[in-house]
Amino acid sequence: MVGFPFAGGAWPMTYLRTDGPRADPATALTWALIGLSVFVVVLITLLVGVGVALRRRRGLAAADAPIEPQGDGIAWLTIGFALTLVALGATLVWTMAALAAIDSPGRPAAVTIEVTGHEWWWEARYLGAGPDDSFTTANEIHIPVGEPVKVLLKGADVIHAFWVPALTGKTETIPGRTNLTWLQADHAGTYRGQCAQFCGLQHAHMAVYVIAQPPAEFEAWRLGQLAGAAAPSDPDAMAGQAVFAAHCGECHTVRGTPAHGSKGPDLTHLMSRRTLAAGAVPNTTGGLSGWIANPQALKPGAKMPATFLSGPQLVQLRAYLETLR
Amino acid sequence: MRGLESTRKPKLVTIDGDYPGARLEAIWGAEPGLKGWLSSVDHKEIGKRYILTAFAFLILGGLEALVMRAQLAGPELRLLTPEQYNQLFTMHGLTMIFLYASPILTGFSNFLWPLLLGSRDMAFPRLNALSYWIYLAAGLFLYAGFVTGHGPDDGWFNYVPYASRAYDAGVNIDVYALGLILLGISTSVGAANFVVTFLQTRAPGMSIGRVPILTWGTLTASVANLLAVPSVSLAFFLLWMDRQFGTRFFATAGGQPLLWQHLFWMFGHPWVYAIVLPAMGMVSDGLPTFCRRPLVGYTAVALSTVATMALGFGVWVHHMFATGMPSLALSFFSGASLIITLPSAVAVFAWTATIWTGRPVITTAFLFFASMIVLFVIGGVSGFMTASVPVDWQLTDTYFVVAHLHYVLIGINVFPVVGGIYYWFPKMTGRLLDERLGQWNFWTMFVGFNVGFFPMHILGLLGMPRRVYTYAYGMGWSGLNLLVSVGSLLFAIGVLLLLVNVVVSLKRGARAGADPWGAPTLEWAVASPPPSYNFAVIPIIASRHPLWEAQLGNDGAGARSQLSHGYLLDQGRETLGTTPLDARPNLILEMPEDSLAPLLLTLGLCGLFIGGLAHAWWLAALGGLVVFGALLDWLWPRLIHADLEKANG
Repeated sequence: MVGFPFAGGAWPMTYLRTDGPRADPATALTWALIGLSVFVVVLITLLVGVGVALRRRRGLAAADAPIEPQGDGIAWLTIGFALTLVALGATLVWTMAALAAIDSPGRPAAVTIEVTGHEWWWEARYLGAGPDDSFTTANEIHIPVGEPVKVLLKGADVIHAFWVPALTGKTETIPGRTNLTWLQADHAGTYRGQCAQFCGLQHAHMAVYVIAQPPAEFEAWRLGQLAGAAAPSDPDAMAGQAVFAAHCGECHTVRGTPAHGSKGPDLTHLMSRRTLAAGAVPNTTGGLSGWIANPQALKPGAKMPATFLSGPQLVQLRAYLETLR
Repeated sequence: MRGLESTRKPKLVTIDGDYPGARLEAIWGAEPGLKGWLSSVDHKEIGKRYILTAFAFLILGGLEALVMRAQLAGPELRLLTPEQYNQLFTMHGLTMIFLYASPILTGFSNFLWPLLLGSRDMAFPRLNALSYWIYLAAGLFLYAGFVTGHGPDDGWFNYVPYASRAYDAGVNIDVYALGLILLGISTSVGAANFVVTFLQTRAPGMSIGRVPILTWGTLTASVANLLAVPSVSLAFFLLWMDRQFGTRFFATAGGQPLLWQHLFWMFGHPWVYAIVLPAMGMVSDGLPTFCRRPLVGYTAVALSTVATMALGFGVWVHHMFATGMPSLALSFFSGASLIITLPSAVAVFAWTATIWTGRPVITTAFLFFASMIVLFVIGGVSGFMTASVPVDWQLTDTYFVVAHLHYVLIGINVFPVVGGIYYWFPKMTGRLLDERLGQWNFWTMFVGFNVGFFPMHILGLLGMPRRVYTYAYGMGWSGLNLLVSVGSLLFAIGVLLLLVNVVVSLKRGARAGADPWGAPTLEWAVASPPPSYNFAVIPIIASRHPLWEAQLGNDGAGARSQLSHGYLLDQGRETLGTTPLDARPNLILEMPEDSLAPLLLTLGLCGLFIGGLAHAWWLAALGGLVVFGALLDWLWPRLIHADLEKANG
């Protein structure tokens, strides 16, 4: 996978460089407005600073300094007002043009994904032609490069906001409503996003990753996700599946097994994800062990309770989870 | 305030030696002792109480900010739990916005208005006292939750459904809801008082084109508050009903979570202007004193004040650009938000022109006022950027907005307020603040503020979201966050220097005469500190700058303001009522005596609200009875001073 030049770089969340038609027109306008802003601030700072330096009266206390009529100065207001009006008019026109440009992709979306904000993770349901062609995953959204993707936004509990800076600005997920946004990545790579609307204790740990892949690679991933989980063969993993059914299935689904809870993320292909807990924990052997042993230590307030499993049970559970590829 | 039938005409007299001061002092002076202190309705006393209380809240809010900046100084620090952080940022926001920024301006206006307008008190002195006591009570109410660990924790904006009982079950949000409704009473009665004071009690001849810009700012803000506060009081009342009695105004099923955002921001955005316009007025009045010339473009600045507020009622949706509303609707609010730049530009160019066409004398107050122009522009252009919908979809809810709002609130509120303290401290206390310490104070605050808050713009552009209790390594935010934390500490040291200056100067400051700055407006015509009755005779005003007429030639007109020759009102607590536009005298206003009723009414309200919070309905009922009793006492007809003198022979 080719790394996106800056999404994986020093500033993974910046929107000063973006990579798709939903974001780019706004980025150009952002740069223009930054330029205008810097110009205005420098101008006024100079006017105030130079004015004070040139006109200041030394050696007299305020009470002793004379009051002299000095002209009405109204020309300053007229010129200032006129300049502001020009800058304002130009910004208004550009704003409307940019808004129109990013309003919709202009061609049918290749993929439709229903993204639901939960406290504190993202559910992503890929809507196919029918139920058999649809599947659910979490926190990592794969998309085909160069294709518009339609995103339906829902709120499960409180209001969140879906935001992937390099691809699209923010749209809130509001319970009881379905909001609509879209995105398109012009290059293959991983783009980081994060919930932007304050949503409670773990608002800080609610990342989402968009992984843009060449269409063929995306299709292969999609087919893999559609399939259920393969049954484990290793004895530890088999024991772990029983532990999972007893302790985890209430909240989590692993398709192809009896576990079909819906409070937490679908774990059918857990090992295809890079992170756990919406970006809070790396999906490594150590990360996974720590997370299932005591989620509250890593993400205090998260809805996943401590499981109180014995050491051997935790090892078995991890072995099972590691088979979910 | 009660209008007397014009059975008598006030005498026109010239002040002569001690006359009529001693008699007026006997009429207006407060009773000594605790009872006199608690029952005082003197606007100067109330104004100073407002300023001191608001400053105490500023310090509390600042300390909360410093604790948060310690937590955010590096990535993945664990100084605070998420819940502690959420309560801290919520309390910081609501403290600064509700308990500091607005009340401090109310304090200045309370102290200054009757002095600026040539009157003896506000139109409704008891209402004024009530407004202060309720403000104090609401502040304590909100902090009582916080110190017991149950402070509001959903941000000052308090979005539902997170603020609903299902997601925030504790008493935290109820404290916020009831506290704000209580505070809303204070704001509303205070605002009504300012409006009537402006319309009825200006000195004869002070037509609306001759009032200081500060009064325009406060008047505009007060009218806005009367229209905006009901929206938020209603929203919080409905929320409290949802939480306590199972109504469904904001519920996902059967209600509408988005309704909260509309009701809140219909209040919230006008409020933002209400807490900066009076401060802009301070600059418009203070800057010319040090530039040694009248403000450039008085009429344009006064009108732009009103225009900003009017437009300010049509922009609330720019807080909601990301809610998924249709693009067409958004573009209207985008346009309205951009247009607000125009009246702001008028003010900025008026101040700049005043500097260029004047001869500034550099004092600490001048430095605070002049630097405010630059900070205002920085906060203005960043606001301009967020007004553009597609740009805002990226900027909103990042640190860019945190930077913006602090440049607005600190730049346009705190800097003018501190400048105002340097300017009016001699009027309030009779002593000048130390200028050398003042220069240190200014430069520490100015440098600390910019080091602390400017990098937040960049953090925002690098994608750091707001209201996160921590952030990960590798996001490129760590170095700038450390810089922000260091800068805010420096800024806090600057504020500390102000406190040191105040404490030192109260004892050892140079004595100020009536007019230490050679200033143009009426408050400088009376002694420092002013006597309890303000003006021995109600002056007669002929221009915008009654104290500069000799030098300026009074706008070219022949008449001169008369400050020591005017209307004598010494038959009791009286001031002169004048017509709303031209300020022609038309009434003698009978002003109330000091009274404990406002304090008693406030205590009753406290019982009512604490009872409501705790579901202790007996306490609520008791509180209601006390409120009723206090109102009876308040409104009970009394013999006025003149009647008493007649009765006593």
